[in-house]
Amino acid sequence: MIDDAIEFLEPYTYLIIGSVKALVIAGALLGIVPLLVWLERRLMGRFQVRLGPNRVGPFGLGQPISDSIKLLFKESIIQGSADKFLFHLAPAIVVFTAIVTFAVIPFGDPITVMDQEIGLWAANVDIGLLFVFAISGMGIYGMVLAGFSSNNKYSLMGGLRSSAQMISYELTLGLAALSVIVLTGSLSLIDMVNSQDSYPNILIQPLAFLLFFIAGVAETNRAPFDLPEAEQELVAGFHTEYTGMKFAMFFMGEYINMVTMSALVTLLFLGGWNSYGIPVWPIIAFAGKVGFLLCVFIWLRSTYPRIRYDRLMTFGWKVLVPLSLLNLLVTSVFVVL
Amino acid sequence: MELLIFYPLAGLCVAFALGVVINNSPVGSAMSLIAMMLGLAGIFVLQQAHFIAVLQIIIYAGAIMVLFMFVIMLLNLKGSGEDASWRSRDKNLLMTVLSGFLVAGLLYKILCVLNSGEFDSPASLPENFGTAREVGTILFTEFVLPFEVASILLLVAMIGAVVLAKNKVD
Repeated sequence: MIDDAIEFLEPYTYLIIGSVKALVIAGALLGIVPLLVWLERRLMGRFQVRLGPNRVGPFGLGQPISDSIKLLFKESIIQGSADKFLFHLAPAIVVFTAIVTFAVIPFGDPITVMDQEIGLWAANVDIGLLFVFAISGMGIYGMVLAGFSSNNKYSLMGGLRSSAQMISYELTLGLAALSVIVLTGSLSLIDMVNSQDSYPNILIQPLAFLLFFIAGVAETNRAPFDLPEAEQELVAGFHTEYTGMKFAMFFMGEYINMVTMSALVTLLFLGGWNSYGIPVWPIIAFAGKVGFLLCVFIWLRSTYPRIRYDRLMTFGWKVLVPLSLLNLLVTSVFVVL
Repeated sequence: MELLIFYPLAGLCVAFALGVVINNSPVGSAMSLIAMMLGLAGIFVLQQAHFIAVLQIIIYAGAIMVLFMFVIMLLNLKGSGEDASWRSRDKNLLMTVLSGFLVAGLLYKILCVLNSGEFDSPASLPENFGTAREVGTILFTEFVLPFEVASILLLVAMIGAVVLAKNKVD
């Protein structure tokens, strides 16, 4: 009976494995979001010498669940002057692009289950890094459209700011990643990790690491670069008019982008799942590095005040871009020699 | 199998391309254009040209269209009502004639290619077809002159834009 079933399913193995992997990864990503929200609120509490949420469940772990139930059942209000179609489309674009970006992120060497070699990634694209940039670039439209369709000047300003900020910092992000690409000679994220099996790239590319991480914080719209939603000037920026689950979807997108950005930094600079002699499973090593970077994100948020908008642009164009160009030049010269 | 994916993609592309022209609001037009470019990228993937497909998304759908949206939103074009001045383009005779010439030229070229028989796809693709390495090699050997000319053109346009914008600010 079982043999028959296996025989029948044989030709579809590739399809089945692919779908299972996609479901597991998407599910895990969505499951991480409430955990991250909880972690952020608890850590922020500690940083600010208060307790943070600790009433619902052990250590307050029930808090994100009750919060999401509240958001799910909240009435969704759309003001009459909004562009209905784009208003609904915008949060969907944000979450969709955030999840799809993660598809090409590998998190371990292939494992073998039932004579089938299964790679620990949803899709192995030989231009993985470019794919990440392409799809995360599409995510900008979510914010721009949210700002535009709300028909509200604060939202519009938030949307404009986010697009300007993301275009500017994408440049630094790409240039910093380019120096790693030049070192590795490949665009595949798996090749990049394999090339770091003796030492991580951060040791030879400390400047690129710093530039990439700063630009990454700006790309995910996190403090101190959360200008698109600066509340003292813009109410809440591009999501001012959103309520209920659609409001929460923007934050789901933001947190998933945070995970993706941490995973990218880990893959490019921290050696991915290589554990350098420490006896842990590769996947634990990877998760540990990503978790550490996520804590750094939260740490940054509670440490630095938001910077002014014109300073943000000046910093991006007059400091980060020249530095990353210089870094790329020096790296290329060394590689050629 | 390939055709099964090609026809829906091509159909979507044509539909969205029409959407660009007939849409009432500028933002709707821009969104259709983005969707059309994503469809084109899909067709590139179908042709095994993954690198070109990703470039299509990064440069056209990503960078250039964000700037389009930026301009549309800064000028706050609504398209409907009294503020329909952006539609005056359809009364511009020179534009109409020029774009007519452009379309005629394109159609003529397409007919030439179709008739010359070069259109038949090769039976088997070379192994490195469409990879970043291959595209780069061709760009910097066979097509290096047009590539450099295009770069200089873009540089001149960029400097021109900066100079013009600076005059306005002062």
